Amino acid sequence: MSEPKQRPDPSGRTSRRSFLRSGLALGGAVGAGTLAGRAAAGTPDAKNLPPNVPEWSQSLGDGVVSRPYGRPSKFEADVIRRDVEWLTASRQSSVSFTPLHQLEGIITPNGLGFERHHGGIAEIDPTEHRLMIHGLVEKPLMLTLEDLKRFPRVNRIAFLECAANSGMEWKGAQLNGCQFTHGMIHCVMYTGVPLKRLLEEAGLKTNAKWLLPEGADASGMTRSVPIEKALDDAIVAYAMNGEALYPEHGYPLRLVLPGWQGNMWVKWLRRIKVGDEPWHTREETSKYTALLPDGQARRFTWAMDAKSVITNPSPQAPIHHKGFTVLSGLAWSGRGAIKGVDISLDGGRNWRAARLDGPVLDKALTRFYYEFDWNGDPLLLQSRAIDETGYVQPTKAALRQHRGLNSIYHNNGIQTWHVLPSGEIENVEVA
Amino acid sequence: MSRSRNGIGAALAALVLAASPAASERLNIGRVATPEEIKGWDIDVRPDGQGLPVGKGTAALGETIFQERCASCHGEFGEGAGRWPELAGGAGTLKSDSPVKTVGSYWPYVSTVFDFVHRAMPFGAAQTLTPDETYSVTAYLLHLNDILKDQDFEVNERNLATIRLPNEKNFVMDDRETAENEFWTAKPCMTNCLPKAATITGRARILDVTPEKASTSPPVQ
Repeated sequence: MSEPKQRPDPSGRTSRRSFLRSGLALGGAVGAGTLAGRAAAGTPDAKNLPPNVPEWSQSLGDGVVSRPYGRPSKFEADVIRRDVEWLTASRQSSVSFTPLHQLEGIITPNGLGFERHHGGIAEIDPTEHRLMIHGLVEKPLMLTLEDLKRFPRVNRIAFLECAANSGMEWKGAQLNGCQFTHGMIHCVMYTGVPLKRLLEEAGLKTNAKWLLPEGADASGMTRSVPIEKALDDAIVAYAMNGEALYPEHGYPLRLVLPGWQGNMWVKWLRRIKVGDEPWHTREETSKYTALLPDGQARRFTWAMDAKSVITNPSPQAPIHHKGFTVLSGLAWSGRGAIKGVDISLDGGRNWRAARLDGPVLDKALTRFYYEFDWNGDPLLLQSRAIDETGYVQPTKAALRQHRGLNSIYHNNGIQTWHVLPSGEIENVEVA
Repeated sequence: MSRSRNGIGAALAALVLAASPAASERLNIGRVATPEEIKGWDIDVRPDGQGLPVGKGTAALGETIFQERCASCHGEFGEGAGRWPELAGGAGTLKSDSPVKTVGSYWPYVSTVFDFVHRAMPFGAAQTLTPDETYSVTAYLLHLNDILKDQDFEVNERNLATIRLPNEKNFVMDDRETAENEFWTAKPCMTNCLPKAATITGRARILDVTPEKASTSPPVQ
């Protein structure tokens, strides 16, 4: 690396600055790059290394409850959500991204799941929160949180993906990092009441066909949900990953619609109206509709199609060693379970099966690995998900052929990472 | 199997049933929402006009409200300031490389304008416009989009739903499963899937729009 004095980075990642300094940005030869640079980057104190006995092995550490609510090690301080400031007009109606390249397994920690707010984070006292269910029901209901926790409950792991995830990449490769290209997704275990159970408590009238869930935030988020989904697998959730929802994710109550676009999973859920026709709210007309090249616009594009991304290596997580290399990534489908993931090292010419590891669940993130020996040659890495319905994640070119460049949402095209001899990675498109 | 064992089994089954009521049974949890409570929150409006509150307004009245409460973000004529949404114009751009999606060029229903303005606007002061003010702002937005020519035309709960937007007919139901049927191939190509070696056709770094802090370490505490 041309600038060996960059600040130590506990996680071993290279900064974008150093990435640019390496000469790559100028299109020149990269030379030693990351591989050589890493040793110089973090310089541990020799007194803490063998054969010496480090200080933490001799003196006492903090006692119990010094951290009543635990937090990650201070050396993990850069594992955080990030935003792209130029993307939106305000931070109250904006998005932050999950650091996918720094996470393992399939469960997203509660503090790292991406955010999408339309009127900022509502901070709600649960004793002042109510869920009202009314409209085409026999008995309009008013429920407190305490009431909701008396109903039979279910647990379900599900991914939540914003329909606009990868939306910035429709016209071409734009952002260097899977956090930004694919980070509008998270996957947690929800606990709550099946929506079906609540609707039975209220008693649906025979002409009940649609629901309008509404949020208590300053955007009054509303979406039309067909009754079939509500009676199938929808959950009114009050917990994620074993603890109460975080305010960013709708505390104290949110709707969970497994496999469907995140915008419909109304946060800070305060009201469900039952009706016989959809409402055509702003978020399902002006937004979250797919404008096609012929001027037509697809609406009610609820299901998220099968998709995958290689999270390591990726632009924010370069390769540091030649030789044995673990490639890791995530795959998911809103139409069912992941059946398989294929990996290409040559930009999609040849493929081989990746290894799925850990739980492979319906409409949940699925972890895949592919181990290989890297000899330092450039690679064009791709992953391709296949779900149990037989849907194969398409190339970006195939998607564009159908939808043009202006449909914003549902970009599930195959991502390409270019591995340079230095081990650095860039977001590219190939043909 | 003896009679007595069967008897125990039946008794156990009865106990289990008593412990978990059938799915459709009422648990009588919570209470009935009162008509007053429902009225306070029941603000949604449908394309057929269901849900519209009694009230009226005109574009002329709406212009004054818009300039005071909306123009700082949306521009004097709905053209949008900075990255805030454009609300007017864009007619004929939907098939172009840079479509401009506004109330006039894209939105299918007037009811959506009323509903959204009333529930979520002005940004940061949601639900502060009265029904009359909301009718007026809606009328002004229709006027800016050349849909209501007469700025003194009264829009009210009886006629709002009769006003149609030009792009309504261009919205279609999700048809990915038929239109994109080719993606359900189940067994994709595994070897020699491209005629020649893949070549790079685009690079993110050419645009250089990745946040500078993407991989530096801002303090968390």
